[in-house]
Amino acid sequence: MLNYIWGGMLLIGIVYAFFTGNMEAVSAAALEYAEAAVSLCITMAGIMGVWVGLMEIAQRAGLVKVLTRKMDRVITFLFPDIPQGHVSRNHISMNLVANILGLGWACTPAGLLAMESLSKLNEKKDTATSAMCGFLILNISSLQLIPINMIAYRSQYGSNNPTAIILPAILATMCSTFAAVLYIRAAYRREKRC
Amino acid sequence: MLITLSEMIIPLLIFAIVIGGLIKKVDVYDAFVKGAEDGLKIVVQVLPTLIGLMMGVGVLRASGFLTLLGTWFGDVVEQFGIGNEVMPLLFIKLFSSSAATGLVLDIFKEYGPDSKTGLFTSIVMSCTETCFYTMSVYYMAAKVKKTRWTLPGALFATFVGIAVSFIIVLYLT
Repeated sequence: MLNYIWGGMLLIGIVYAFFTGNMEAVSAAALEYAEAAVSLCITMAGIMGVWVGLMEIAQRAGLVKVLTRKMDRVITFLFPDIPQGHVSRNHISMNLVANILGLGWACTPAGLLAMESLSKLNEKKDTATSAMCGFLILNISSLQLIPINMIAYRSQYGSNNPTAIILPAILATMCSTFAAVLYIRAAYRREKRC
Repeated sequence: MLITLSEMIIPLLIFAIVIGGLIKKVDVYDAFVKGAEDGLKIVVQVLPTLIGLMMGVGVLRASGFLTLLGTWFGDVVEQFGIGNEVMPLLFIKLFSSSAATGLVLDIFKEYGPDSKTGLFTSIVMSCTETCFYTMSVYYMAAKVKKTRWTLPGALFATFVGIAVSFIIVLYLT
């Protein structure tokens, strides 16, 4: 899947640039963006270090276990195929809570840990498990309730009421997450039938 | 008030974790360093994917193809009084949140955050995520190539978010 998306992006971009005379911009952008990816990773390295480090403390102190126990029902409901007590439950709980609270920088570390620990349950290594599919769909459906970044940008650009979007954003986020949950449940059910 | 609250949450969380660790007699520094090492390993694993993905986004953006998409589909939203700049934005948001932020600020500058276009932008950016970016980075960490029903589900949720934002804005203004 990603083969076609990625290949398509490059091919379409280059062909279109050829006909519109943007070739020079494209060759500059290819390198510039690759460079941006590296500097993003350097920033991310610091952030990942801090958060995974803090999570390790929370884990050893048993704080994560408390959180996971609170989230247990939700996880069983969404991902019935993850065994009880599996370590991926900890990571998924942390990721979901960080997402909902809008701790953007803490979501990715927990999410990546979750994917790694889910892959330990994976029998066909190169194929996603249902839990992985569901977990990603949930993440992509956007869980963050209060869009702090957007509010900050709005006030920066002179909005009369920067926080006016909070309620609409919560409503829209809840709808997209609800859609994601419906989709995940339906996909699980379809699998069971096969 | 809300912004100060969100500024407080991370320091408070760090405080709570460290004090929780000390109370439970955890070697907090040792645990932190061990975790930081794990975190760095993941970043190194993800870097190649990120280079590939960002390169694709760069090429597509610089070619002008996204602007073309905007003018194709822009007529639809323009009928409802929303600027057609939101179309490339919706598309870019699937790949890169920093690139999307750049477009958001452009829109705020041109239309103002309280305009119909500005409101739609604010709401839609709050309820969607960087679909392809998340997928490629997360699946890289799990070393998975076949993603099965992830993409259709993710696009479905994204589409519902966009549609609801659109309805809310029409209702609000």
